[in-house]
Amino acid sequence: MTKPNYNTAEMVCIMSARFLEDGKIVFGGAGMPLVSCILAQKLHAPRLTILFEGGVIGPHIEVGKMPPSTNEQRAARRANMLLSITDILLLQQRGYVDYGFLGGAQIDMYGNLNSSFIGDPAKPKVRLPGTGGANDIASLASKILVAMHHEKKRFVEKVDFITTPGYLQGGDTRKKAGLVVGGTYKVITHLGIFGFDEQSKKMRLETLHPGVTVEEVRERTGFELLIPDQISYTKAPTDEELRILRELDPDQRYTKPKEE
Amino acid sequence: MKSYLELRDIIDKKDRGLRDKVVSLAEAVALIENGDTIASGGCHYSRTPMAAVWEMIRQKKKDLTYCRSITSTEGDLLLVAGAVKHVVTSWFSPGVTWGVSAVMRHYMEKKLAVFEEWSHMTLGLRFRAGGMGIPFIPARSMMGSDLIPCLPGLKEIDCPYTGEKLVLVPALNPDVAILHTQRCDPYGNVQSDGLPFMDQDIAMAANKVIVTTERIISNEQVRRQPDQTKIPFFCVDAVVEVPYGCMPHELYGEYEPDFASMDAYVKLMMSKGPDGVREYLDKYVYAPASWNDYLALNGFKNILQATIRGRGIYND
Repeated sequence: MTKPNYNTAEMVCIMSARFLEDGKIVFGGAGMPLVSCILAQKLHAPRLTILFEGGVIGPHIEVGKMPPSTNEQRAARRANMLLSITDILLLQQRGYVDYGFLGGAQIDMYGNLNSSFIGDPAKPKVRLPGTGGANDIASLASKILVAMHHEKKRFVEKVDFITTPGYLQGGDTRKKAGLVVGGTYKVITHLGIFGFDEQSKKMRLETLHPGVTVEEVRERTGFELLIPDQISYTKAPTDEELRILRELDPDQRYTKPKEE
Repeated sequence: MKSYLELRDIIDKKDRGLRDKVVSLAEAVALIENGDTIASGGCHYSRTPMAAVWEMIRQKKKDLTYCRSITSTEGDLLLVAGAVKHVVTSWFSPGVTWGVSAVMRHYMEKKLAVFEEWSHMTLGLRFRAGGMGIPFIPARSMMGSDLIPCLPGLKEIDCPYTGEKLVLVPALNPDVAILHTQRCDPYGNVQSDGLPFMDQDIAMAANKVIVTTERIISNEQVRRQPDQTKIPFFCVDAVVEVPYGCMPHELYGEYEPDFASMDAYVKLMMSKGPDGVREYLDKYVYAPASWNDYLALNGFKNILQATIRGRGIYND
């Protein structure tokens, strides 16, 4: 097979953008998720509204001037409204927010994320910065998109700590815990797109990216993935998707290929 | 935790009349006692009341609990200075692009300090409940996660009306709030522009409020635009004029972060850990005679660049 004309990070960014529908509201984090949101606005979702945890509703992000975090004035430029952190996060509890867009150090088979501790939380190898608003977003937004680089040490059987709830221990454990809506909707990696089984809530392969094999995905996943009998493939990025993405991030600050 | 009647008693004993509260930075920070719970306004590297933090370290405060929505470099300084042993926050590191704080890791992994981790919204609801004068607010977040078992005493209930599971987020009434703003009058009417973060709730929840401000404006000026007043004067105990009071962090419409100084600090902190921060404290906190001397150390060109970018938010 010929070498593709896009890198792994661009693939994740473009595939994530495809899930963001027009007219919806998305909580966008700094970095790659924000690039995806703006890409979706420029491609098929001009009326997609971006919210930032720092308290921003519908900012105008200029091409090439991505804010490095979402809690600062650059992220607030030409917004529709600025409100307190508590109030912007509460919009989700009321039901206004369609998508949350998250990452993490680890993900498990039920879509739980860890951004608090590596190793035993009582004696951690690494204390990570913590949840920020991720726990609130994953508890309260209608659909959670997770974008991650696909590595065995990140796709683990059981996360060291559930910072951010997916389907918890699977089945109906999420609902029973009191989280009556939401859950991890799609996991988008550089190898494929993954969803969750309706009953068991275990992670399931939906489509492989072009040129990727099931074996490769299995090798890079630390738990048993559900694999359908009939394998489907993701539609490769189009020239238009790649052109607009590269205009948004001309220096590849957010879409640099991940070193292996 | 203070009872409702104790909290009311503190308010009751305050002189709530219109009175001049302008004091020096040292006098304002002297209101903080060792062992106090401090809530700090702003979020991450925005609207950080850095001058107050700087003065707390100079006054060698001890055993403080430091509460902030997201904690950035000021958290490193407070830990290494020995002022804080307990941090209540949702996220703790300089900023996404600067990586995970080596100092936060050192103190938390070696159990030299406590990192009490709340989700961002529930921490905000704790201040709001405190400001509302109620003991808790029910919420639909955090349940099922491992955050809850790490917060001893946090209660979940079945709602008495609907039977739904809810977490009861307890009120947080800090002993002292430290806040920074663009404008404030001598009485403590706080006017603010831009991202509000949690400052208003923190002010309502706290027993004492210290406000540092870029400018002190007259009460007549406040009254021309009362809709711009975000915190009423009777909540506030001390007003200090401190230009560039967030530096090297940012303040909406005034200045963006001084990225050169932030980069230099982070490089020192990440490469040498607490020892690097000790070097920083000696040079930037203990040595300067005044806040203005501290600013001078950061460099006129850096501050000017940050100011030009900061004011740019108002350009079309």
